[in-house]
Amino acid sequence: MKRSGVIWSWFWMILGILYFFLPLLATFLFSLRAELGHLGFKAYTNVFSDPQFQIKFPASILWAVLTIIVAIVLFVPTAYWVRLKVPQARSAVELITLLPFVIPAIVYVFGLVRTFSQPPLLIVNSPGLLIAGYTVLSMPYMYRAIDTGLRAIDVRTLTEAAQSLGAGWGTILFRVIFPNIRVSILSGAFLSFAIVMGEYTLAQYLAKPAFAPYIALLIQNKAYEPAAATIISFALIWACMGIIQLIGGGEQGQVTGGH
Amino acid sequence: MSQTTLQQDAPKARPALPKFPLAWLGVMPFFLFAFLFLLYPSSTIVVRTFLDSKTGEFTFRNVLNLIQDPYVLGAYWLSIKISVVTALGGGIFGFLLAYSSIRGGLPRIMRSSLMTFSGVASNFAGIPLAFAFIALLSPTGMLTNWLKFTGINIYDYGFTLYKFWGLSVVYMYFQFPLMVLIIAPAIDGLRREWVEASENLGASTLQYWRYVAFPILLPSIMGSMILLFGNSFGAFATAVALTGGSSMNLATIVIGAQLRGDVLGDPGLGYAVAFGMVIVMTVVMTVYTILQRRAERWLK
Repeated sequence: MKRSGVIWSWFWMILGILYFFLPLLATFLFSLRAELGHLGFKAYTNVFSDPQFQIKFPASILWAVLTIIVAIVLFVPTAYWVRLKVPQARSAVELITLLPFVIPAIVYVFGLVRTFSQPPLLIVNSPGLLIAGYTVLSMPYMYRAIDTGLRAIDVRTLTEAAQSLGAGWGTILFRVIFPNIRVSILSGAFLSFAIVMGEYTLAQYLAKPAFAPYIALLIQNKAYEPAAATIISFALIWACMGIIQLIGGGEQGQVTGGH
Repeated sequence: MSQTTLQQDAPKARPALPKFPLAWLGVMPFFLFAFLFLLYPSSTIVVRTFLDSKTGEFTFRNVLNLIQDPYVLGAYWLSIKISVVTALGGGIFGFLLAYSSIRGGLPRIMRSSLMTFSGVASNFAGIPLAFAFIALLSPTGMLTNWLKFTGINIYDYGFTLYKFWGLSVVYMYFQFPLMVLIIAPAIDGLRREWVEASENLGASTLQYWRYVAFPILLPSIMGSMILLFGNSFGAFATAVALTGGSSMNLATIVIGAQLRGDVLGDPGLGYAVAFGMVIVMTVVMTVYTILQRRAERWLK
């Protein structure tokens, strides 16, 4: 009976592996067939040399980096301050950081467009609105990662130690708190990076250049190039997750060690 | 405890500043940001749901129109159907995978690999995901061709990638990994002593599951599946890329179309549709939170 259990375990795992890899294999093989007669990376070179790609891919990277910067600047001091000085604000802040889960992206962008496309708040065309929107989307991951990081260190003692050595708030934040939670910040940042790089809805409806809308356009107009772009997109996510595991490695080991 | 004592100590060291309001100033940037870019735009949807789009007066007409409009109701129904199907399918498959890797007697590496894959796959959604399945299961896709080779043409059996079951198969790709990730801690919480105890008392495997493991896991499984429901209910990009936004009228696709141009012929109704989605998602998250709390009672 025990043995049959293991066989079933393998069965489900193999099914899972197939489900996971078959679409990627199909995409990859398809992407190699751009040149008639033999397999090659023509589709990839086509994508890389496409002027549209050269605008939209770096644009997405720019949105992602700006989003991460805004998120760090906004959320680290807030999470720190809530822990240290205003624990009464905790439940309100937590509720807000969970709200993006309740509002689907398309509903959210619907609200953004309708709210900010009439005076006095006519900023629907500003890239700033896209960054703000992405910061909101990244909030559940970013804020929580930062807050978890802060929970693991003794914020109060660190602050008091720094203060007694004459540090101001800026020094405390950037030279004491920041380095101590950098693993959490980085995990949140790479997850946000992966999410923004693959995000379609906000970029599309706020009419900003981005990678995912570009792939959508490729799907409509080309055959092999969207396959190459899909593989690139997947590789990006894989890289981000790999980095998160790598930098969080020690931490994760500790979590399992605690059981 | 330590917080209150420290706060009581503080005035001795640094006397008589109006401490409370000043401390709140520190979180004002966050609240200001959240108000401007999250709460205010969301409240726009709520407020305009209850305003007449022409006269600007308070009205229930938009909500009444919504529950009488067969097109909109059909869209909600389709969204709910696909969310139920993929939450159940993805939930069951994800649970079996997670359980197999954690308690199935497999090598340890299977668990960590599964978690990594799940982290990647649950984030691999939207446009690229849609294309990956086009390459796999479209009429000329790889798997379609393979199956044709063995004499099975799935398109003869009524399967279409661009309709309900096709879209469900695609959604499952981000549903089951999410299930793996959120159910794993609950499976970890099943203590090995419980298996041993029930075996010592002469229980069969079936009885162990029926009377011990399943009742304990039930709130976690239900909660996770409800989260999967929400995950699929709000999905938009995948469906648009796969169906071009025409062959599947999901609630999210109706909102997307309404944003491009007033397809419903009634701006007020558009707000009501969006508001309805927020209501559904709020119910989903509330039930999830309640079930999660129940689950934690056992799984410490």
